[in-house]
Amino acid sequence: MVETTQQSVEQRQPEPLGDWRCYFSFCVDHKVIGIQYLVTTFFFYLLGGALAMVIRAELMTPGAELDRSLYNGVFTIHATIMIFLWIIPTLAGFGNFLVPLMIGARDMAFPRLNALSFWMIPPGGLLLLSSFFVQSGAAGAGWTSYPPLSTQQVQVGDLLVTNFGQVIWIASVVFLGTSSILAALNFIVTIVAMRTEGMELFRMPLFCWATLTASCITLLGTPVLAGAVILLAFDLLLGTVFFNPTGGGDPVVYQHMFWFYSHPAVYIMVLPAMGIISEVLPVFSRKPIFGYKAIAISSMGIAVLGFLVWAHHMFTSGTPDWLRMFFMVTSFLIAVPTGIKVFSWLGTIWGGKLELSSAMLFAMGFVSMFVVGGLSGIMLASVPVDIHVHDTYFVVAHLHYVLFGGSVFAIYAGLYYWFPKMTGRLLNETWGKIHFALTFIGFNLCFLPMHQLGLQGMPRRVAEYAEQFQSLNVLVSIGGFLLGISTLPFLFNAIYSWLWGPKAPANPWRALTLEWTTASPPPVENFEYLPVVTAGPYEYGTVGSSPEGDTPTAISQPKS
Amino acid sequence: MQSPISSNDAAMSQAIGHGDGHGHGHGEHPDLRMLGFTLFLISEGMLFVGLFVAYLTYRAAAPAWPPAGTPELEKILPAIFTVILVASSGVIMLAERALKHGDMGQFRLFWLLTTAMGTIFVAGQAYEWMHLEFGLKDGLFGGTFYVLTGFHGMHVIIGLLLQAVVFFRSFKTNHYTPASHFGVGASSLYWHFVDVVWIFLFALLYII
Ligand code: HEM
Ligand SMILES: [Cu+2]
Repeated sequence: MVETTQQSVEQRQPEPLGDWRCYFSFCVDHKVIGIQYLVTTFFFYLLGGALAMVIRAELMTPGAELDRSLYNGVFTIHATIMIFLWIIPTLAGFGNFLVPLMIGARDMAFPRLNALSFWMIPPGGLLLLSSFFVQSGAAGAGWTSYPPLSTQQVQVGDLLVTNFGQVIWIASVVFLGTSSILAALNFIVTIVAMRTEGMELFRMPLFCWATLTASCITLLGTPVLAGAVILLAFDLLLGTVFFNPTGGGDPVVYQHMFWFYSHPAVYIMVLPAMGIISEVLPVFSRKPIFGYKAIAISSMGIAVLGFLVWAHHMFTSGTPDWLRMFFMVTSFLIAVPTGIKVFSWLGTIWGGKLELSSAMLFAMGFVSMFVVGGLSGIMLASVPVDIHVHDTYFVVAHLHYVLFGGSVFAIYAGLYYWFPKMTGRLLNETWGKIHFALTFIGFNLCFLPMHQLGLQGMPRRVAEYAEQFQSLNVLVSIGGFLLGISTLPFLFNAIYSWLWGPKAPANPWRALTLEWTTASPPPVENFEYLPVVTAGPYEYGTVGSSPEGDTPTAISQPKS
Repeated sequence: MQSPISSNDAAMSQAIGHGDGHGHGHGEHPDLRMLGFTLFLISEGMLFVGLFVAYLTYRAAAPAWPPAGTPELEKILPAIFTVILVASSGVIMLAERALKHGDMGQFRLFWLLTTAMGTIFVAGQAYEWMHLEFGLKDGLFGGTFYVLTGFHGMHVIIGLLLQAVVFFRSFKTNHYTPASHFGVGASSLYWHFVDVVWIFLFALLYII
């Protein structure tokens, strides 16, 4: 009986999700919105990457080729794009596409709000980019925009002008932040209230757990960032003195408010990525995930602790000793839930029947690179080390190991894994492996030597550096260019396969989560019948599995 | 293959009916919008929490508050307006109760009364702003005062606009019924939110 209903789902003609024009409209289907997110943010990723190429070209030589304030604008907008227009929204894109499918719902809780939160992103992004064309130039105080640097007037020719680039930066961050708050509340309501019959909380795929946790962080943290940058805007435009010591204000208050959001924000950027990894690893190891509950609950632990560590970014900001001690210890503590996850993933692949698909390679790349980033993170969390390497390239190395080696690798793993479900076509695995090899090599070539540069004292965020750093910088730049090139096979593969790739079956990876029980791409209403869930999502190779492989234990059949 | 039973049909047709002007959540999940709105207000609340903590930090670090030369804030008038705002939260609850009893006339009466009391509060604040002896740029004292009260005042005005929309919609037949009245419930919850924020703000700015 299970067999027949299963087939009837597969044979069902996928209902076309409208034609291509639907992707350029205010469509309320969560799958369309998910793809809109993913494609739009990838576009911004390429732009941010192009800016990174400019940075690396400039740093090939010790002197400054670019106008210095232009260079400041370039790395500031690079980082802002990567965080607010690539990692955060692209993970929301995965969430949009996957969460309703994974929990057996027909859509998100608020489809129109969902479309709205997507449609805030392109204007927010274009607004940010437009700042390159205003008289003052783009914001140049780094993505952290600390005052007093960010509130100073800028020199244009002989004139001192208000820093409108910074004003635009603030407006676009508030705009994009609002979009992610709206998306987050939609995720929370959907996950809390729209699960199908039998989908208990502890039967949810771990990606849903991760999205739920990250959404709580977004909901609570983002408004505080908004508060900080709005006060910054007052200082900039109306001459208040919140962060201006000459009038009695205090720039350190900004730092506290900023990092109260921005440290938890790194978990907004990495928890859903970890969720992706928890989906990919068991499928390609053909083993149940190790420590399901431990992974789910450690996310919560990370979220709570994440709000208690922010001042580890401020060890050199005059923070008193006892506070430094407090934040050092809480930061170390975060290694515990993080370690639980890493060991659970290792336990998952340990002794498994590994299938080294592109998705699996990127997932394993994630685990190993994230561990490197985590280790340098522990180093930075200890006050004596941080005082030594603060604002050097060591920090840049660290943050790229977590953000690129972490989040971006996971995003690629997710794209390879779910591409067949999203588009109904299979990606080419050979090109996928070439992409992985180039990315992995380029990444380490680019960011590993930065540790050394930082330890030797090369400061971040400057266009010029001392002669002795040049050879390592050339190496880094070569790695950077390789990384730039590495996106080409992916782009080619994705575009070609989307148009002409082989048709994908409903469940090409023999996975057990609900999204694989419906057609690829799923029909408009997701499921012919709302599935009734009878078991956990990762029961690979356990009782009842047939020799050909596992059949989903969550069955789609009419309720009676 | 079994044939789908009717409850499935209903669920499915609702899902297909994406574009028909009724989002999900109508009928099948009557409570979700309220849940979503509550989450939104929690998020809004964090904005105020952030600003309040910043304010307290400034105060803790300042040698004198208000700074030497700035007179203490006048308390009597703001206290009266505070009472009016807090009382309006009770009035809006009366309006909701009338609606639940299906008495639209009484509902509109109390609703309008709430809006009137809110408007008095805003007017009172405007009056206070015009008569203060310090400005936005007068150090942290002036800056925090105007930004905090201004932010809150903006929320009050948004609350009043929501109430106006609800008021006019209440004249459409059966737009709000005793069983289904998300617009009323949401703008009322928002009003309580604005009220609670003010209580904290009043305590911070005028009392401590
Ligand atoms: C091809 C890949 C990339 C290259 C070559 C690259 C290069 C760089 C460089 C050289 C800087 C240093 C600017 C400075 O401090 O002087 C930088 C900063 C930064 N990058 Fe990247 N990056 C890449 C990808 C990414 C990605 C994927 C992310 C985020 C997910 C990211 C996030 C950041 C952030 C947050 C900063 C800090 C900027 C600041 O100083 O405020 N980058 N990047
Ligand atoms: Cu941090």
